Amino acid sequence: MVAKRIIPCLDIDNNRTVKGVNFLNLIDAGDPVELAKLYSNEGADELVFLDITATKDKRKTLSSLAHEISKNINIPFTVGGGISSIDDVSSLLFSGADKISINTQAYRTPKLINQISSRYGSQCVVVAIDAKLINDCWYVHLVGGREKTSTKLIDWALEVQERGAGEILFTSMNNDGTKNGFANEILSNLSKKLTIPIIASGGAGKVQDFIDVFNVGNADAALAASVFHFKEIEIKLLKEELKQNNIKVRT
Amino acid sequence: MNVAIVDYGVGNIKSIQHSLDRIGVNHVYTMNPEIIFSAEKVIFPGVGDASYAMKKLKNNNLDKLIPNLKQPLLGICLGMQLMCTYSEEGDTSCLGIIDAEVKKFNSKKNKIPQIGWNNIKNLKTNLFKGIYENEFMYMVHTYYVPKSRFTISESVYGLTYSSAINKDNFYGTQFHPEKSGLIGEKIIKNFINEL
Repeated sequence: MVAKRIIPCLDIDNNRTVKGVNFLNLIDAGDPVELAKLYSNEGADELVFLDITATKDKRKTLSSLAHEISKNINIPFTVGGGISSIDDVSSLLFSGADKISINTQAYRTPKLINQISSRYGSQCVVVAIDAKLINDCWYVHLVGGREKTSTKLIDWALEVQERGAGEILFTSMNNDGTKNGFANEILSNLSKKLTIPIIASGGAGKVQDFIDVFNVGNADAALAASVFHFKEIEIKLLKEELKQNNIKVRT
Repeated sequence: MNVAIVDYGVGNIKSIQHSLDRIGVNHVYTMNPEIIFSAEKVIFPGVGDASYAMKKLKNNNLDKLIPNLKQPLLGICLGMQLMCTYSEEGDTSCLGIIDAEVKKFNSKKNKIPQIGWNNIKNLKTNLFKGIYENEFMYMVHTYYVPKSRFTISESVYGLTYSSAINKDNFYGTQFHPEKSGLIGEKIIKNFINEL
């Protein structure tokens, strides 16, 4: 059977990694390519690059970054952040990205999901969904969680699947940053209702959280940023522990 | 050594090019029949929809050329599936090089597409020279080639299927060797140096 995936996420601003990266043995810890190589060597199964650059020519710089990454690593990677048109997608895929991730723009223009998947295949379309639990109900949020919608998580997840998303990257805003574990109950619900794989995000703090997100949350992949960047958890050791807990991982 | 990567407007071939760069072989991305015909090795990539891809091959007259090639050819992912006779995807007649029908995974049993790293086993031919059983390769697919006498690598996803096939000079991998780390790169090296 297919192995559960461990995915470090790197935030990128103007082609530099941001947000607490703490690697002593890197010559340039702000260089996304260096960091990507390191994670790849440590056994990461995929990488996600989330661009937070707010400049106009961001497509060009992001594409050149995708090109550099693809030149230097040989595991799959996803690029997301501000993708708003099929042309953005083309440019990134032709630069070597394997998948693109769309979030707010997918919600505002759902047809974009159909367009990308019919032109390039659903395998390259990751729809990221940020949701928050409010009064026992999960609501989709946009613009990095700043804008609440009245759409329920499950409804939106089913719609994006129907429109051709190949995977869902679900972030629980309630868990994100807490380091208290993933939102396993809703993850497990999502997993039962969806036929496409789910990448869980938000809440990773310790090894047990990863064991639980696979065993209880039934996630297909787990994404985390700071626990890896700060070396609180090393991917090699994490995978050893997962293996000892009978979770299939690539080692 | 010169390698032709078949250009028919389908797929993301950057990773394959970068892989060949790292190995240090010359390669050209082309739809020119003469260049493809005279290349020492041919790589036949592809992602996306089978019927769309077949249409593109036909538009460029590559559907006649590819089955007649005599040098080692490696079809990757959709490229491998197109080497078969038929695909359930879009009810598509394919190149007919290998007598097999491409089927869809059952979404009641498993999530589809299969995305991620899966083991390869019962490895045959020099494509897998020096590769251990049960190594992990990166796969992304909704359709699969059933196990048959052409199978040279098996994987399991709800059922056992062909993760690589071979007939004569034609080789195909369902997985992406160019995305499968150093072991994947070794398989590309084997294709270049051992076949």
